[in-house]
Amino acid sequence: MVTKEVEAAPGLKTKLSVDNVSMTYKRDGKLTHVLENVNLEVSDGEFVCLLGPSGCGKTTLLNTMAGFLTPTSGTIQVNGEAVRGPDPRRIFVFQERGVFPWLTVEGNIGFGLSKLTKPEREQRIAHYVKMVGLQGFEKSYPAELSGGMKQRLEVARALAVNPDMLFLDEPFGALDSITRLVMRSELLRIWQAERKTIIFVTHDIDEAVQLADRVVVMSARPGTIQQIVPIDIAHPRDISSQHYLELRDGIFKQIGLAHQV
Amino acid sequence: MCMSKMSGSDSIPQRADMQASGGRQKMRHGWSRFVVALRPFLFIALLIVAWDIAVRRQPAHLLPTPWETVGGILDLVRHNLLLKYVVASLFRVTWGFSLAAILAIPLGLAIGWYRRAEMALNPILQILRPISPLAWIPIAILWFGVGDLSAVFLIFVGSFLPLLLTSINAARSVPDVYVNAGRNFGLGPMQLIARIFYPAVMPQLIVGLRITLGVAWLVVVAAEMIAVDSGLGFLIVDARNAGNRYDLVVAGMVIIGLIGFLLDVGMRSLEKVKSFRWSYSED
Ligand SMILES: Nc1ncnc2c1ncn2[C@@H]1O[C@H](COP(=O)(O)OP(=O)(O)OP(=O)(O)O)[C@@H](O)[C@H]1O
Ligand SMILES: [Mg+2]
Repeated sequence: MVTKEVEAAPGLKTKLSVDNVSMTYKRDGKLTHVLENVNLEVSDGEFVCLLGPSGCGKTTLLNTMAGFLTPTSGTIQVNGEAVRGPDPRRIFVFQERGVFPWLTVEGNIGFGLSKLTKPEREQRIAHYVKMVGLQGFEKSYPAELSGGMKQRLEVARALAVNPDMLFLDEPFGALDSITRLVMRSELLRIWQAERKTIIFVTHDIDEAVQLADRVVVMSARPGTIQQIVPIDIAHPRDISSQHYLELRDGIFKQIGLAHQV
Repeated sequence: MCMSKMSGSDSIPQRADMQASGGRQKMRHGWSRFVVALRPFLFIALLIVAWDIAVRRQPAHLLPTPWETVGGILDLVRHNLLLKYVVASLFRVTWGFSLAAILAIPLGLAIGWYRRAEMALNPILQILRPISPLAWIPIAILWFGVGDLSAVFLIFVGSFLPLLLTSINAARSVPDVYVNAGRNFGLGPMQLIARIFYPAVMPQLIVGLRITLGVAWLVVVAAEMIAVDSGLGFLIVDARNAGNRYDLVVAGMVIIGLIGFLLDVGMRSLEKVKSFRWSYSED
Protein backbone atom coordinates (compact mmCIF):
# COMPACT_ATOMS: atom_id res chain seq x y z
CA MET A 1 0.00 0.00 0.00
CA VAL A 2 1.23 3.47 -0.75
CA THR A 3 1.74 5.45 2.44
CA LYS A 4 0.62 8.67 0.89
CA GLU A 5 -2.92 7.41 0.74
CA VAL A 6 -3.04 6.82 4.47
CA GLU A 7 -2.32 10.40 5.34
CA ALA A 8 -5.00 12.99 5.68
CA ALA A 9 -5.54 15.46 2.92
CA PRO A 10 -2.80 18.12 3.04
CA GLY A 11 -3.46 21.43 4.69
CA LEU A 12 -6.13 20.11 7.03
CA LYS A 13 -5.86 19.33 10.70
CA THR A 14 -5.82 15.64 11.57
CA LYS A 15 -8.90 14.75 13.56
CA LEU A 16 -8.61 11.02 14.02
CA SER A 17 -5.61 8.81 13.70
CA VAL A 18 -5.61 5.05 13.86
CA ASP A 19 -2.16 3.55 14.28
CA ASN A 20 -1.37 -0.13 13.82
CA VAL A 21 -4.66 -1.21 15.30
CA SER A 22 -5.29 -4.93 15.59
CA MET A 23 -8.21 -6.59 17.26
CA THR A 24 -8.62 -10.17 18.33
CA TYR A 25 -11.81 -11.43 19.95
CA LYS A 26 -11.57 -14.27 22.39
CA ARG A 27 -14.71 -16.24 22.99
CA ASP A 28 -14.91 -19.67 24.61
CA GLY A 29 -11.15 -19.90 24.29
CA LYS A 30 -11.39 -19.40 20.54
CA LEU A 31 -9.49 -16.51 18.98
CA THR A 32 -10.89 -14.54 16.07
CA HIS A 33 -8.52 -12.12 14.38
CA VAL A 34 -10.81 -9.38 13.16
CA LEU A 35 -8.55 -6.41 12.43
CA GLU A 36 -4.94 -6.55 11.42
CA ASN A 37 -2.66 -3.57 11.44
CA VAL A 38 -5.11 -0.90 10.42
CA ASN A 39 -3.68 2.58 9.79
CA LEU A 40 -5.85 5.54 8.93
CA GLU A 41 -5.82 9.28 9.31
CA VAL A 42 -8.95 11.35 8.97
CA SER A 43 -8.84 15.10 8.78
CA ASP A 44 -11.20 17.55 10.39
CA GLY A 45 -14.53 17.83 8.60
CA GLU A 46 -13.83 14.90 6.33
CA PHE A 47 -16.43 12.36 5.22
CA VAL A 48 -14.89 8.90 5.12
CA CYS A 49 -16.67 5.71 4.12
CA LEU A 50 -15.51 2.32 5.37
CA LEU A 51 -16.39 -0.25 2.77
CA GLY A 52 -15.93 -3.97 2.99
CA PRO A 53 -17.61 -7.37 2.90
CA SER A 54 -19.86 -8.48 5.73
CA GLY A 55 -17.95 -9.71 8.76
CA CYS A 56 -14.67 -8.01 7.82
CA GLY A 57 -14.58 -5.95 10.97
CA LYS A 58 -16.13 -2.61 10.02
CA THR A 59 -18.32 -2.41 13.10
CA THR A 60 -15.41 -3.52 15.23
CA LEU A 61 -13.15 -0.81 13.82
CA LEU A 62 -15.85 1.80 14.32
CA ASN A 63 -16.36 0.62 17.91
CA THR A 64 -12.69 1.00 18.68
CA MET A 65 -12.69 4.49 17.17
CA ALA A 66 -15.71 5.47 19.28
CA GLY A 67 -14.16 4.06 22.43
CA PHE A 68 -16.59 1.20 23.05
CA LEU A 69 -13.86 -1.37 22.46
CA THR A 70 -10.17 -1.25 23.27
CA PRO A 71 -8.02 -2.60 20.47
CA THR A 72 -5.79 -5.57 21.26
CA SER A 73 -2.85 -3.55 20.03
CA GLY A 74 -2.25 -0.18 18.45
CA THR A 75 -3.56 3.25 19.37
CA ILE A 76 -6.41 5.50 18.40
CA GLN A 77 -6.19 9.24 18.88
CA VAL A 78 -8.68 12.01 18.45
CA ASN A 79 -7.30 15.56 18.35
CA GLY A 80 -3.97 14.09 19.41
CA GLU A 81 -5.39 12.48 22.55
CA ALA A 82 -5.76 8.76 23.07
CA VAL A 83 -9.39 7.57 23.09
CA ARG A 84 -10.29 6.14 26.48
CA GLY A 85 -13.99 5.58 26.18
CA PRO A 86 -17.15 6.90 24.61
CA ASP A 87 -17.54 10.65 24.63
CA PRO A 88 -20.51 12.93 23.86
CA ARG A 89 -18.34 14.82 21.40
CA ARG A 90 -18.27 11.71 19.24
CA ILE A 91 -21.63 10.08 18.76
CA PHE A 92 -22.20 6.61 17.42
CA VAL A 93 -25.31 5.86 15.37
CA PHE A 94 -25.93 2.17 15.72
CA GLN A 95 -26.42 -0.40 13.02
CA GLU A 96 -29.33 -1.86 14.95
CA ARG A 97 -32.07 0.47 16.07
CA GLY A 98 -30.67 2.56 18.85
CA VAL A 99 -33.48 5.02 19.60
CA PHE A 100 -34.96 4.66 23.07
CA PRO A 101 -38.43 3.17 22.70
CA TRP A 102 -39.59 4.51 26.06
CA LEU A 103 -39.07 8.13 25.05
CA THR A 104 -40.99 10.25 22.57
CA VAL A 105 -39.35 11.86 19.57
CA GLU A 106 -38.74 14.96 21.69
CA GLY A 107 -37.44 12.88 24.57
CA ASN A 108 -35.00 11.07 22.33
CA ILE A 109 -33.64 14.18 20.67
CA GLY A 110 -33.35 15.91 24.03
CA PHE A 111 -31.72 12.90 25.67
CA GLY A 112 -28.19 14.30 25.66
CA LEU A 113 -29.27 17.84 26.46
CA SER A 114 -30.01 17.66 30.18
CA LYS A 115 -27.31 20.23 30.92
CA LEU A 116 -29.08 22.94 28.92
CA THR A 117 -31.77 25.18 30.39
CA LYS A 118 -35.31 24.27 29.46
CA PRO A 119 -35.85 26.99 26.82
CA GLU A 120 -32.48 26.24 25.22
CA ARG A 121 -33.29 22.56 25.17
CA GLU A 122 -36.70 23.08 23.65
CA GLN A 123 -35.29 25.32 21.00
CA ARG A 124 -32.59 22.82 20.13
CA ILE A 125 -35.12 20.00 19.96
CA ALA A 126 -37.39 22.00 17.68
CA HIS A 127 -34.46 22.80 15.41
CA TYR A 128 -33.48 19.17 14.91
CA VAL A 129 -37.05 17.92 14.68
CA LYS A 130 -37.37 20.25 11.73
CA MET A 131 -34.01 19.34 10.24
CA VAL A 132 -34.90 15.65 9.97
CA GLY A 133 -38.49 16.34 8.99
CA LEU A 134 -40.28 14.91 12.00
CA GLN A 135 -42.56 17.88 12.62
CA GLY A 136 -45.93 16.75 13.92
CA PHE A 137 -44.40 13.66 15.52
CA GLU A 138 -42.79 15.37 18.50
CA LYS A 139 -45.00 13.52 20.96
CA SER A 140 -44.94 10.17 19.16
CA TYR A 141 -43.13 7.13 20.46
CA PRO A 142 -40.71 5.25 18.19
CA ALA A 143 -43.17 2.36 17.91
CA GLU A 144 -45.46 4.73 16.02
CA LEU A 145 -42.74 5.71 13.51
CA SER A 146 -41.61 4.03 10.31
CA GLY A 147 -38.13 2.54 10.00
CA GLY A 148 -36.83 5.53 8.08
CA MET A 149 -38.27 7.94 10.62
CA LYS A 150 -36.60 6.06 13.46
CA GLN A 151 -33.30 6.21 11.66
CA ARG A 152 -33.69 9.95 11.10
CA LEU A 153 -34.61 10.32 14.75
CA GLU A 154 -31.41 8.62 15.79
CA VAL A 155 -29.38 10.88 13.53
CA ALA A 156 -31.17 13.89 15.02
CA ARG A 157 -30.46 12.67 18.55
CA ALA A 158 -26.79 12.40 17.63
CA LEU A 159 -26.65 15.84 16.00
CA ALA A 160 -28.50 17.55 18.83
CA VAL A 161 -25.56 17.28 21.23
CA ASN A 162 -23.45 19.03 18.60
CA PRO A 163 -20.68 16.42 18.40
CA ASP A 164 -17.66 17.08 16.24
CA MET A 165 -17.56 13.51 15.02
CA LEU A 166 -20.24 11.10 13.92
CA PHE A 167 -19.80 7.37 13.57
CA LEU A 168 -22.53 5.89 11.44
CA ASP A 169 -22.74 2.12 11.19
CA GLU A 170 -24.73 1.19 8.09
CA PRO A 171 -27.37 3.68 9.16
CA PHE A 172 -29.46 3.25 6.05
CA GLY A 173 -28.93 -0.45 5.56
CA ALA A 174 -32.43 -1.47 6.58
CA LEU A 175 -34.23 1.17 4.55
CA ASP A 176 -35.89 0.81 1.16
CA SER A 177 -33.96 2.22 -1.77
CA ILE A 178 -36.00 5.41 -2.13
CA THR A 179 -35.79 6.35 1.54
CA ARG A 180 -32.12 5.51 1.42
CA LEU A 181 -31.52 7.98 -1.39
CA VAL A 182 -33.44 10.70 0.44
CA MET A 183 -31.50 10.02 3.63
CA ARG A 184 -28.19 10.19 1.80
CA SER A 185 -28.87 13.62 0.43
CA GLU A 186 -30.18 14.76 3.81
CA LEU A 187 -27.00 13.54 5.48
CA LEU A 188 -24.91 15.37 2.89
CA ARG A 189 -26.91 18.51 3.42
CA ILE A 190 -26.40 18.29 7.20
CA TRP A 191 -22.72 17.52 6.76
CA GLN A 192 -22.24 20.50 4.48
CA ALA A 193 -24.12 22.75 6.87
CA GLU A 194 -22.41 21.63 10.07
CA ARG A 195 -19.04 20.27 8.88
CA LYS A 196 -18.74 17.34 11.21
CA THR A 197 -16.15 14.69 10.70
CA ILE A 198 -18.09 11.62 9.59
CA ILE A 199 -17.03 7.99 9.50
CA PHE A 200 -19.67 6.07 7.65
CA VAL A 201 -19.73 2.27 7.41
CA THR A 202 -21.42 0.64 4.46
CA HIS A 203 -21.11 -2.35 2.23
CA ASP A 204 -22.82 -0.57 -0.62
CA ILE A 205 -20.23 0.61 -3.15
CA ASP A 206 -22.52 3.17 -4.77
CA GLU A 207 -23.41 4.64 -1.42
CA ALA A 208 -19.73 5.02 -0.55
CA VAL A 209 -18.82 6.70 -3.83
CA GLN A 210 -21.82 9.03 -3.64
CA LEU A 211 -21.07 10.23 -0.14
CA ALA A 212 -17.42 10.09 0.74
CA ASP A 213 -14.39 12.30 0.35
CA ARG A 214 -12.39 9.10 0.60
CA VAL A 215 -13.49 5.48 0.46
CA VAL A 216 -11.53 3.08 2.66
CA VAL A 217 -11.75 -0.39 1.12
CA MET A 218 -11.25 -3.21 3.59
CA SER A 219 -10.41 -6.83 2.85
CA ALA A 220 -12.28 -9.84 4.19
CA ARG A 221 -11.44 -11.04 7.69
CA PRO A 222 -8.94 -10.40 9.15
CA GLY A 223 -9.76 -6.90 8.02
CA THR A 224 -6.94 -4.84 6.65
CA ILE A 225 -7.08 -1.68 4.63
CA GLN A 226 -6.77 -2.71 1.01
CA GLN A 227 -6.92 0.67 -0.62
CA ILE A 228 -8.03 4.20 0.02
CA VAL A 229 -9.79 5.83 -2.90
CA PRO A 230 -10.17 9.63 -2.88
CA ILE A 231 -13.39 10.70 -4.56
CA ASP A 232 -12.49 14.02 -6.08
CA ILE A 233 -15.94 15.01 -7.33
CA ALA A 234 -17.69 18.07 -5.96
CA HIS A 235 -21.17 17.74 -4.47
CA PRO A 236 -23.83 17.45 -5.78
CA ARG A 237 -22.39 14.52 -7.68
CA ASP A 238 -23.48 13.51 -11.12
CA ILE A 239 -23.75 9.77 -10.69
CA SER A 240 -23.77 9.14 -14.43
CA SER A 241 -20.58 11.08 -15.11
CA GLN A 242 -17.60 9.28 -16.60
CA HIS A 243 -15.38 9.98 -13.63
CA TYR A 244 -17.94 8.71 -11.11
CA LEU A 245 -18.31 5.47 -13.04
CA GLU A 246 -14.54 5.05 -13.33
CA LEU A 247 -14.07 5.42 -9.59
CA ARG A 248 -16.92 3.06 -8.83
CA ASP A 249 -15.74 0.40 -11.24
CA GLY A 250 -12.24 0.73 -9.87
CA ILE A 251 -13.56 -0.19 -6.44
CA PHE A 252 -15.60 -3.04 -7.86
CA LYS A 253 -12.42 -4.44 -9.39
CA GLN A 254 -10.49 -3.86 -6.19
CA ILE A 255 -12.98 -5.96 -4.28
CA GLY A 256 -12.71 -8.61 -6.96
CA LEU A 257 -16.13 -8.28 -8.43
CA ALA A 258 -16.69 -8.00 -12.12
CA HIS A 259 -19.26 -5.28 -12.64
CA GLN A 260 -21.67 -7.56 -14.38
CA VAL A 261 -24.59 -9.59 -13.22
CA MET B 1 -81.82 1.98 31.32
CA CYS B 2 -79.88 3.27 28.42
CA MET B 3 -83.04 3.73 26.41
CA SER B 4 -84.35 6.25 28.88
CA LYS B 5 -81.09 8.12 28.68
CA MET B 6 -81.36 8.33 24.92
CA SER B 7 -84.88 9.61 24.86
CA GLY B 8 -83.91 12.02 27.60
CA SER B 9 -81.28 13.73 25.51
CA ASP B 10 -83.54 13.67 22.47
CA SER B 11 -86.04 15.76 24.35
CA ILE B 12 -83.69 18.75 24.63
CA PRO B 13 -84.41 20.58 21.37
CA GLN B 14 -82.06 23.55 21.93
CA ARG B 15 -79.09 21.21 21.91
CA ALA B 16 -80.30 19.18 19.01
CA ASP B 17 -80.40 22.07 16.55
CA MET B 18 -76.80 23.00 17.29
CA GLN B 19 -75.05 19.83 16.21
CA ALA B 20 -77.94 17.63 15.35
CA SER B 21 -76.33 15.17 13.01
CA GLY B 22 -72.96 15.05 14.73
CA GLY B 23 -74.53 14.52 18.12
CA ARG B 24 -76.81 11.77 16.91
CA GLN B 25 -73.95 10.02 15.20
CA LYS B 26 -71.91 10.12 18.36
CA MET B 27 -74.88 8.77 20.25
CA ARG B 28 -75.32 5.86 17.89
CA HIS B 29 -71.63 5.19 18.15
CA GLY B 30 -71.88 5.30 21.92
CA TRP B 31 -74.83 2.94 21.83
CA SER B 32 -73.02 0.27 19.80
CA ARG B 33 -70.02 0.60 22.06
CA PHE B 34 -72.29 0.14 25.01
CA VAL B 35 -73.66 -3.06 23.52
CA VAL B 36 -70.15 -4.38 22.96
CA ALA B 37 -69.21 -3.53 26.52
CA LEU B 38 -72.35 -5.26 27.71
CA ARG B 39 -71.58 -8.56 26.02
CA PRO B 40 -69.42 -10.11 28.76
CA PHE B 41 -72.12 -9.27 31.31
CA LEU B 42 -74.78 -10.88 29.17
CA PHE B 43 -72.63 -13.96 28.97
CA ILE B 44 -72.21 -14.06 32.74
CA ALA B 45 -75.94 -13.64 33.19
CA LEU B 46 -76.50 -16.54 30.82
CA LEU B 47 -74.14 -18.73 32.81
CA ILE B 48 -75.92 -17.86 36.04
CA VAL B 49 -79.24 -18.83 34.52
CA ALA B 50 -77.72 -22.09 33.29
CA TRP B 51 -76.28 -22.70 36.74
CA ASP B 52 -79.67 -22.11 38.31
CA ILE B 53 -81.50 -24.44 35.94
CA ALA B 54 -78.87 -27.17 36.26
CA VAL B 55 -78.93 -27.11 40.05
CA ARG B 56 -82.73 -27.16 40.21
CA ARG B 57 -82.97 -30.19 37.96
CA GLN B 58 -80.59 -32.05 40.26
CA PRO B 59 -82.50 -33.49 43.21
CA ALA B 60 -79.26 -34.32 45.10
CA HIS B 61 -78.54 -30.59 45.40
CA LEU B 62 -74.82 -30.81 44.59
CA LEU B 63 -74.41 -27.02 44.52
CA PRO B 64 -76.24 -24.08 46.03
CA THR B 65 -78.30 -22.06 43.55
CA PRO B 66 -77.18 -18.57 42.56
CA TRP B 67 -79.79 -17.12 44.92
CA GLU B 68 -78.58 -19.18 47.82
CA THR B 69 -75.07 -17.95 47.04
CA VAL B 70 -76.23 -14.35 47.05
CA GLY B 71 -77.98 -15.14 50.30
CA GLY B 72 -74.69 -16.47 51.63
CA ILE B 73 -72.90 -13.26 50.70
CA LEU B 74 -75.63 -11.21 52.37
CA ASP B 75 -75.32 -13.43 55.44
CA LEU B 76 -71.62 -12.64 55.58
CA VAL B 77 -72.31 -8.96 55.25
CA ARG B 78 -74.89 -9.14 58.02
CA HIS B 79 -72.41 -10.76 60.38
CA ASN B 80 -69.71 -8.19 59.46
CA LEU B 81 -67.57 -11.03 58.23
CA LEU B 82 -67.26 -10.17 54.55
CA LEU B 83 -65.27 -7.00 55.00
CA LYS B 84 -63.26 -8.51 57.83
CA TYR B 85 -62.22 -11.56 55.81
CA VAL B 86 -61.50 -9.61 52.63
CA VAL B 87 -59.35 -7.16 54.57
CA ALA B 88 -57.54 -10.02 56.32
CA SER B 89 -56.70 -11.71 53.02
CA LEU B 90 -55.67 -8.50 51.28
CA PHE B 91 -53.55 -7.52 54.26
CA ARG B 92 -51.54 -10.75 54.03
CA VAL B 93 -51.14 -10.51 50.28
CA THR B 94 -50.03 -6.89 50.52
CA TRP B 95 -47.34 -7.68 53.04
CA GLY B 96 -46.08 -10.92 51.54
CA PHE B 97 -46.11 -9.59 48.00
CA SER B 98 -44.56 -6.20 48.81
CA LEU B 99 -41.77 -7.71 50.88
CA ALA B 100 -41.03 -10.16 48.08
CA ALA B 101 -41.04 -7.37 45.48
CA ILE B 102 -38.81 -5.10 47.56
CA LEU B 103 -36.22 -7.83 48.00
CA ALA B 104 -36.51 -9.82 44.78
CA ILE B 105 -36.57 -7.03 42.22
CA PRO B 106 -33.33 -5.23 43.11
CA LEU B 107 -31.62 -8.55 43.75
CA GLY B 108 -32.81 -10.02 40.47
CA LEU B 109 -31.84 -6.93 38.48
CA ALA B 110 -28.37 -6.97 40.00
CA ILE B 111 -27.97 -10.68 39.30
CA GLY B 112 -29.13 -10.25 35.73
CA TRP B 113 -26.78 -7.36 35.22
CA TYR B 114 -23.75 -9.36 36.30
CA ARG B 115 -24.08 -12.30 34.00
CA ARG B 116 -21.59 -14.40 35.92
CA ALA B 117 -23.70 -14.26 39.05
CA GLU B 118 -26.64 -15.40 37.02
CA MET B 119 -24.73 -18.41 35.73
CA ALA B 120 -23.67 -19.41 39.25
CA LEU B 121 -27.18 -19.07 40.69
CA ASN B 122 -29.18 -20.56 37.88
CA PRO B 123 -29.08 -24.24 38.96
CA ILE B 124 -30.30 -23.58 42.49
CA LEU B 125 -33.07 -21.32 41.18
CA GLN B 126 -34.19 -23.97 38.75
CA ILE B 127 -34.37 -26.54 41.57
CA LEU B 128 -36.32 -24.25 43.90
CA ARG B 129 -38.74 -23.16 41.23
CA PRO B 130 -40.83 -26.32 40.82
CA ILE B 131 -41.48 -26.51 44.57
CA SER B 132 -45.04 -25.34 45.13
CA PRO B 133 -45.28 -22.60 47.74
CA LEU B 134 -47.85 -24.82 49.46
CA ALA B 135 -45.14 -27.35 50.21
CA TRP B 136 -43.79 -24.75 52.63
CA ILE B 137 -46.94 -24.81 54.76
CA PRO B 138 -45.62 -27.22 57.42
CA ILE B 139 -42.39 -25.26 57.67
CA ALA B 140 -44.28 -22.00 57.89
CA ILE B 141 -46.33 -23.34 60.79
CA LEU B 142 -43.23 -24.75 62.45
CA TRP B 143 -41.44 -21.40 62.23
CA PHE B 144 -44.25 -18.94 62.73
CA GLY B 145 -47.10 -20.91 64.26
CA VAL B 146 -50.70 -20.53 63.14
CA GLY B 147 -51.36 -16.89 62.33
CA ASP B 148 -50.80 -13.98 60.03
CA LEU B 149 -47.07 -14.36 59.96
CA SER B 150 -47.29 -17.85 58.52
CA ALA B 151 -49.62 -16.73 55.76
CA VAL B 152 -47.47 -13.72 54.95
CA PHE B 153 -44.43 -15.95 54.83
CA LEU B 154 -46.11 -18.36 52.41
CA ILE B 155 -47.11 -15.52 50.09
CA PHE B 156 -43.60 -14.17 50.31
CA VAL B 157 -42.19 -17.55 49.35
CA GLY B 158 -44.66 -17.90 46.52
CA SER B 159 -43.92 -14.45 45.10
CA PHE B 160 -40.20 -14.19 45.67
CA LEU B 161 -38.92 -16.68 43.10
CA PRO B 162 -41.17 -15.66 40.21
CA LEU B 163 -40.25 -12.02 40.81
CA LEU B 164 -36.57 -12.85 41.08
CA LEU B 165 -36.62 -14.78 37.82
CA THR B 166 -38.58 -12.06 36.02
CA SER B 167 -36.13 -9.42 37.20
CA ILE B 168 -33.10 -11.46 36.18
CA ASN B 169 -34.59 -11.93 32.74
CA ALA B 170 -35.59 -8.31 32.43
CA ALA B 171 -32.08 -7.14 33.28
CA ARG B 172 -30.46 -9.62 30.93
CA SER B 173 -32.61 -8.64 28.02
CA VAL B 174 -31.73 -4.94 28.08
CA PRO B 175 -30.05 -4.56 24.68
CA ASP B 176 -26.42 -3.44 24.77
CA VAL B 177 -27.26 -0.77 22.20
CA TYR B 178 -29.24 1.20 24.77
CA VAL B 179 -26.54 1.00 27.40
CA ASN B 180 -23.88 1.95 24.88
CA ALA B 181 -25.95 4.84 23.60
CA GLY B 182 -26.40 6.03 27.19
CA ARG B 183 -22.68 5.86 27.82
CA ASN B 184 -22.04 7.66 24.57
CA PHE B 185 -24.14 10.58 25.78
CA GLY B 186 -21.94 10.80 28.82
CA LEU B 187 -24.09 9.10 31.49
CA GLY B 188 -22.40 7.94 34.68
CA PRO B 189 -23.36 4.70 36.46
CA MET B 190 -26.22 6.19 38.48
CA GLN B 191 -27.65 8.00 35.48
CA LEU B 192 -27.37 4.85 33.39
CA ILE B 193 -29.53 3.06 35.93
CA ALA B 194 -32.09 5.84 36.16
CA ARG B 195 -32.33 6.80 32.50
CA ILE B 196 -31.62 3.58 30.61
CA PHE B 197 -31.84 0.56 32.84
CA TYR B 198 -34.99 1.47 34.75
CA PRO B 199 -37.15 2.37 31.73
CA ALA B 200 -35.80 -0.57 29.77
CA VAL B 201 -36.73 -3.20 32.39
CA MET B 202 -40.03 -1.66 33.45
CA PRO B 203 -42.37 -3.28 30.92
CA GLN B 204 -41.16 -6.80 31.67
CA LEU B 205 -41.25 -6.13 35.40
CA ILE B 206 -44.84 -4.97 35.24
CA VAL B 207 -45.90 -8.14 33.47
CA GLY B 208 -44.03 -10.16 36.07
CA LEU B 209 -45.64 -8.25 38.92
CA ARG B 210 -49.08 -8.77 37.48
CA ILE B 211 -48.66 -12.52 37.02
CA THR B 212 -47.07 -12.90 40.43
CA LEU B 213 -49.82 -10.98 42.15
CA GLY B 214 -52.21 -13.53 40.65
CA VAL B 215 -50.08 -16.31 42.13
CA ALA B 216 -50.00 -14.56 45.50
CA TRP B 217 -53.76 -14.39 45.50
CA LEU B 218 -53.95 -18.13 44.82
CA VAL B 219 -51.49 -18.83 47.60
CA VAL B 220 -53.26 -16.72 50.21
CA VAL B 221 -56.45 -18.73 49.88
CA ALA B 222 -54.59 -21.99 50.23
CA ALA B 223 -52.53 -20.70 53.15
CA GLU B 224 -55.61 -19.50 54.98
CA MET B 225 -57.21 -22.91 54.69
CA ILE B 226 -54.54 -24.30 56.96
CA ALA B 227 -52.39 -21.73 58.65
CA VAL B 228 -54.81 -19.13 60.04
CA ASP B 229 -58.35 -18.63 61.30
CA SER B 230 -59.59 -15.72 59.26
CA GLY B 231 -59.69 -14.63 55.63
CA LEU B 232 -61.45 -15.92 52.54
CA GLY B 233 -59.61 -19.23 52.45
CA PHE B 234 -60.53 -19.86 56.08
CA LEU B 235 -64.13 -18.95 55.27
CA ILE B 236 -64.30 -21.73 52.73
CA VAL B 237 -62.99 -24.57 54.94
CA ASP B 238 -64.81 -23.22 57.96
CA ALA B 239 -68.16 -23.06 56.13
CA ARG B 240 -67.78 -26.69 55.19
CA ASN B 241 -66.52 -27.93 58.55
CA ALA B 242 -69.04 -26.03 60.64
CA GLY B 243 -72.27 -27.27 59.18
CA ASN B 244 -71.86 -27.87 55.47
CA ARG B 245 -72.81 -24.31 54.50
CA TYR B 246 -72.10 -24.76 50.83
CA ASP B 247 -73.79 -21.47 50.05
CA LEU B 248 -70.99 -19.80 52.00
CA VAL B 249 -68.36 -21.94 50.26
CA VAL B 250 -69.51 -20.80 46.85
CA ALA B 251 -69.99 -17.24 48.11
CA GLY B 252 -66.34 -17.29 49.19
CA MET B 253 -65.28 -18.59 45.80
CA VAL B 254 -67.20 -15.88 43.98
CA ILE B 255 -65.65 -13.17 46.14
CA ILE B 256 -62.15 -14.59 45.65
CA GLY B 257 -62.71 -14.54 41.92
CA LEU B 258 -64.00 -10.99 41.89
CA ILE B 259 -61.15 -9.61 43.97
CA GLY B 260 -58.55 -11.48 41.93
CA PHE B 261 -60.10 -9.96 38.84
CA LEU B 262 -59.97 -6.46 40.32
CA LEU B 263 -56.31 -6.89 41.31
CA ASP B 264 -55.51 -7.88 37.75
CA VAL B 265 -57.40 -4.92 36.34
CA GLY B 266 -55.39 -2.66 38.64
CA MET B 267 -52.09 -4.10 37.50
CA ARG B 268 -53.13 -3.97 33.88
CA SER B 269 -53.77 -0.26 34.15
CA LEU B 270 -50.04 0.11 34.85
CA GLU B 271 -49.31 -1.48 31.49
CA LYS B 272 -51.21 1.32 29.85
CA VAL B 273 -48.82 4.02 31.07
CA LYS B 274 -47.43 5.45 27.85
CA SER B 275 -43.75 5.28 28.60
CA PHE B 276 -44.09 1.64 29.68
CA ARG B 277 -46.22 0.61 26.76
CA TRP B 278 -43.57 0.53 24.06
CA SER B 279 -42.58 -3.08 24.46
CA TYR B 280 -46.14 -4.31 24.13
CA SER B 281 -46.72 -2.56 20.84
CA GLU B 282 -43.38 -2.76 19.13
CA ASP B 283 -42.87 -5.16 16.24
N1 LIG C 1 -18.07 -9.70 20.69
C1 LIG C 1 -17.54 -10.53 19.77
N2 LIG C 1 -16.94 -11.67 20.17
C2 LIG C 1 -16.39 -12.50 19.25
N3 LIG C 1 -16.40 -12.29 17.93
C3 LIG C 1 -17.00 -11.17 17.48
C4 LIG C 1 -17.60 -10.23 18.37
N4 LIG C 1 -18.10 -9.22 17.64
C5 LIG C 1 -17.83 -9.51 16.36
N5 LIG C 1 -17.17 -10.68 16.25
C6 LIG C 1 -16.67 -11.29 15.01
O1 LIG C 1 -15.85 -10.35 14.38
C7 LIG C 1 -16.05 -10.36 12.98
C8 LIG C 1 -16.28 -8.94 12.49
O2 LIG C 1 -17.49 -8.45 13.03
P1 LIG C 1 -18.03 -7.01 12.67
O3 LIG C 1 -19.33 -6.87 13.34
O4 LIG C 1 -16.98 -6.01 13.00
O5 LIG C 1 -18.19 -7.11 11.09
P2 LIG C 1 -18.82 -6.06 10.08
O6 LIG C 1 -17.78 -5.77 9.07
O7 LIG C 1 -19.41 -4.92 10.79
O8 LIG C 1 -19.95 -6.93 9.40
P3 LIG C 1 -21.38 -6.48 8.85
O9 LIG C 1 -21.17 -5.78 7.55
O10 LIG C 1 -22.08 -7.77 8.63
O11 LIG C 1 -22.01 -5.61 9.89
C9 LIG C 1 -17.19 -11.30 12.71
O12 LIG C 1 -16.66 -12.48 12.17
C10 LIG C 1 -17.80 -11.55 14.06
O13 LIG C 1 -18.20 -12.89 14.14
MG1 LIG D 1 -21.34 -4.24 11.15
